[in-house]
Amino acid sequence: MAADHEQHPLFMPLIFVGGLLFGFGLGFSQMAQPEVVLSFLQFEDFGLLFVMFGAAIVTGITFFGIKQIRTTAPLTGDTYVRRLKTLDKNVVIGGGIFGVGWGLSGICPGAAYASLGIGNYAILWGILGMFVGAYIQGFWRSTRAEQRSSTTTAD
Amino acid sequence: MIATLLVAMLAELFPNGISHYAIGGLFVGLGAAVIYLGTGIAAGASTFLESTLSYGSSLSRFQQYRPSRDWRVVFTLGIVAGAAVYALAFQDGIWTTDVQWWRLLIGGVLVGIGTRVGKGCTSGHGVCGVGSVSGTSFVGVATFLFVAIGVAQLVQALGVSP
Repeated sequence: MAADHEQHPLFMPLIFVGGLLFGFGLGFSQMAQPEVVLSFLQFEDFGLLFVMFGAAIVTGITFFGIKQIRTTAPLTGDTYVRRLKTLDKNVVIGGGIFGVGWGLSGICPGAAYASLGIGNYAILWGILGMFVGAYIQGFWRSTRAEQRSSTTTAD
Repeated sequence: MIATLLVAMLAELFPNGISHYAIGGLFVGLGAAVIYLGTGIAAGASTFLESTLSYGSSLSRFQQYRPSRDWRVVFTLGIVAGAAVYALAFQDGIWTTDVQWWRLLIGGVLVGIGTRVGKGCTSGHGVCGVGSVSGTSFVGVATFLFVAIGVAQLVQALGVSP
């Protein structure tokens, strides 16, 4: 069953177009090539800064600007809110683990999907790894959540 | 004199220029902006990993993403297709990496764990979070950036290449 906000006929086409632009950008910027990411992390070419900041400036202006014009999104009726998450130790622990993986491989999720698009079939190793990693943490957290709820009911 | 020095410094820092990086970044931002304007969703790329696992696993952690899993598949297919459009227009045939498979696999596992524990990746924290001027995302980006720089330099120093 699709969620309510997906009912609008243009919802999926718009998501696809957004993905197209996003993926085209990752291809054009060369960030879809792990070698380019590694050369940035190894201080050989700082150009990648322009990808992240260029993108963040566009989203920053958009996220801020649209709220001055309207309050809800046309396709979903959802209120425009900023992407804010709570800061706790998980952000640092997770960020650290992510950093080790990113530094070792030069790949992050979006760039890995785009890498597949430029024909880099070897990236399937990385994408497989990401699913395995996401599964490991999901299994661990689900099991922990169940243990916590069973101890609460036992009280 | 200062101008010459500046040019030399820029050439050193950006041996491949900056235009394709900046233009690519603008497109990445535009993709996220289009989705946000239409739907109010600040899309990240990594939730796809968990939401897609909900098709095959009944774990509560994955099932919570059930409502968004369909559009996240569409978003990811869009990313793959968008990069393919780039490749067809500007690239000579397919491009494949020389980075060794075990680096991609082990790195991928750690990226998969880290991005979900850390509440976001380079697109969620780096593009949408920083664009939202979120303190949490600044912390997330600073953490993974510094750690990744350290690890990449260490791996290089150990002679692992590529």
